[in-house]
Amino acid sequence: MGILAWTWILVGLSFTLYIGIAIWARAGTSKEFYIAGGGVPPIMNGMATAADWMSAASFISLAGIVSFTGYDGSVYLMGWTGGYVLLALLLAPYLRKFGKFTVPDFIGDRYYSSTARVVAVIAALIVSFTYVAGQMRGVGIVFSRYLEVDIDTGVYIGMAIVLFYAVLGGMKGITYTQVAQYCVLIFAFMVPAIFISFQMTGNPIPQLGFGSTGEDGIYLLDKLDGLSTELGFTEYTSGSKSMIDVFAITFALMVGTAGLPHVIVRFFTVPRVKDARASAGWALFFIAILYTTVPAVAVFARTKLIETVSNKNYSELPQWVANWEKTGLLKYEDKNGDGIVQYVADKDTNELTIDRDIMVLANPEIANLPNWVVALVGAGGLAAALSTAAGLLLVIASSISHDLIKKIINPSISEKSELWAARLSAAVAVLVAGYFGIHPPGFVAAVVALAFGLAAASFFPAIILGIFDKRMNKEGAISGMIVGLGLMTYYMAKYKLGWIGEMPAPSEWWFGISPEGFGTVAMFANFIVSVVVSRLTPAPPQEVQDIVEHIRIPSGAGEATSH
Amino acid sequence: MSKENMKAYWKENLGYLAILLSIWFLVSYVFGIFLVEQLNTIKFAGFKLGFWFAQQGSMYVFVILIVIYVKLMNKLDKKYGVDE
Repeated sequence: MGILAWTWILVGLSFTLYIGIAIWARAGTSKEFYIAGGGVPPIMNGMATAADWMSAASFISLAGIVSFTGYDGSVYLMGWTGGYVLLALLLAPYLRKFGKFTVPDFIGDRYYSSTARVVAVIAALIVSFTYVAGQMRGVGIVFSRYLEVDIDTGVYIGMAIVLFYAVLGGMKGITYTQVAQYCVLIFAFMVPAIFISFQMTGNPIPQLGFGSTGEDGIYLLDKLDGLSTELGFTEYTSGSKSMIDVFAITFALMVGTAGLPHVIVRFFTVPRVKDARASAGWALFFIAILYTTVPAVAVFARTKLIETVSNKNYSELPQWVANWEKTGLLKYEDKNGDGIVQYVADKDTNELTIDRDIMVLANPEIANLPNWVVALVGAGGLAAALSTAAGLLLVIASSISHDLIKKIINPSISEKSELWAARLSAAVAVLVAGYFGIHPPGFVAAVVALAFGLAAASFFPAIILGIFDKRMNKEGAISGMIVGLGLMTYYMAKYKLGWIGEMPAPSEWWFGISPEGFGTVAMFANFIVSVVVSRLTPAPPQEVQDIVEHIRIPSGAGEATSH
Repeated sequence: MSKENMKAYWKENLGYLAILLSIWFLVSYVFGIFLVEQLNTIKFAGFKLGFWFAQQGSMYVFVILIVIYVKLMNKLDKKYGVDE
């Protein structure tokens, strides 16, 4: 059976499963819609969080990024896992004890101010929309590559599926479909990785395999270091970024992870405070299975690729090269006309252009794996993209129906109307996200870094100080969030997007820190402004200080309430 | 729960956080970034140690840190009678 037939079968089966689960787990109350009724077991919540967290970018692009940047790729590996330690230790248990539905709920109540709530809602909407735009595009791209439809059609199919289970099931439907999606995506990622590790090193565990020797008895990493320098690239295990920038990017990604509303809200869905702690642990465990495999896949794929193509006669290359040339992800241009592939770092003489996504997408073919494995990777990529899009759409929907309509515009709204408002907002959010997916704004490439920087610069300090600094008041928190958001937006606009005057050269970066890492600076600015302003203005009222005392003690978390 | 008890509970909690977050910082930022070149001179199997911390070791330690935290806090909750 061909790849396309296998893909239709596997994608069809997995989608039937998701829809079946959505019908079984549909939400009946607004509490089920926002936080799945607060009764999700920690292991399941961990899996759902992992699927929510790992997007199409983690699944498809990350191994490729690490593959082409070597040590520099560590910023994503550490940055996107280390944030869970912060979540588990500093945020999740306390927010669960606080027991409301959304992040703006916490900000609004802790800082006894509708202004704070509105600032938080705006930040949540900006962060989630920038993030979801990329996801819908990702759904379209995966569909188009595997099912041979065009990207727009892929986005429409993705919208229809997400619309169905996010609108019907809310958080409850999303959580249980994400559990299924995690299983699909991790299976799809691990099967080819294990095959390839065994093929290249004789060790089936990829995490150990990439530290082993190949058939020729040379350590794989030593060989790759040698090949890289020989072809003029940076040595694989050393980086080319400055140390301060590596530090800043890693830190911004960690703190941003811990400040992303669609991640934080997951910890509202478990029954008790200790479950919130445990589910952060489970989430990181499930994420780490994929994230520790990524650097191994990166090394296998890069080595295999160089060995297959470098200095080989073009006419004798294997079939998969021609297959991927058709998609435009691989381009060969015989610059010196000798018919041999020169794959080198020097742009003028390099003849082979490789899209980073190919490292995961083409890996099964490069390793000669059966067609069903190739198709499985497609189903896994879709699971990753859909689960993340759904989680983000839910945050957008609850920000509108709960934080804006219920808490600010019309507090007397009935339970039933609020549930319908939530469904309607989810539907509108899907349409807007789909629009961005079909007409991607020019800054999509910058979008993920922007979302993390913004989350780091706005939410993280406000939440941490709200828990650990009893003296923090609304004046401090609001001015901190505004300074953080403003600074981050300005830096991105000027140094990443080139919206303010001409795009400055990297040599003009503040402290040598790239826009991707600037969230770290903006976050510290937020902290400093918050603390200074709060000490110059009156202490928060006694009942707010009592809230802080209350959330520090785990017992009596009870059920999340809307009051 | 009395005010003193609550203070003591919170202090012990903060103590755990300080230790666990120091280890968090050590394995990722110190071993994986600041001292990466020095550690890369040490090799085990095919891995340079600094590189291994940056792309493998730090992530294993992160998972272990949360497991330890969960265990410590469950015990602390019991000690002060605030578990559920």
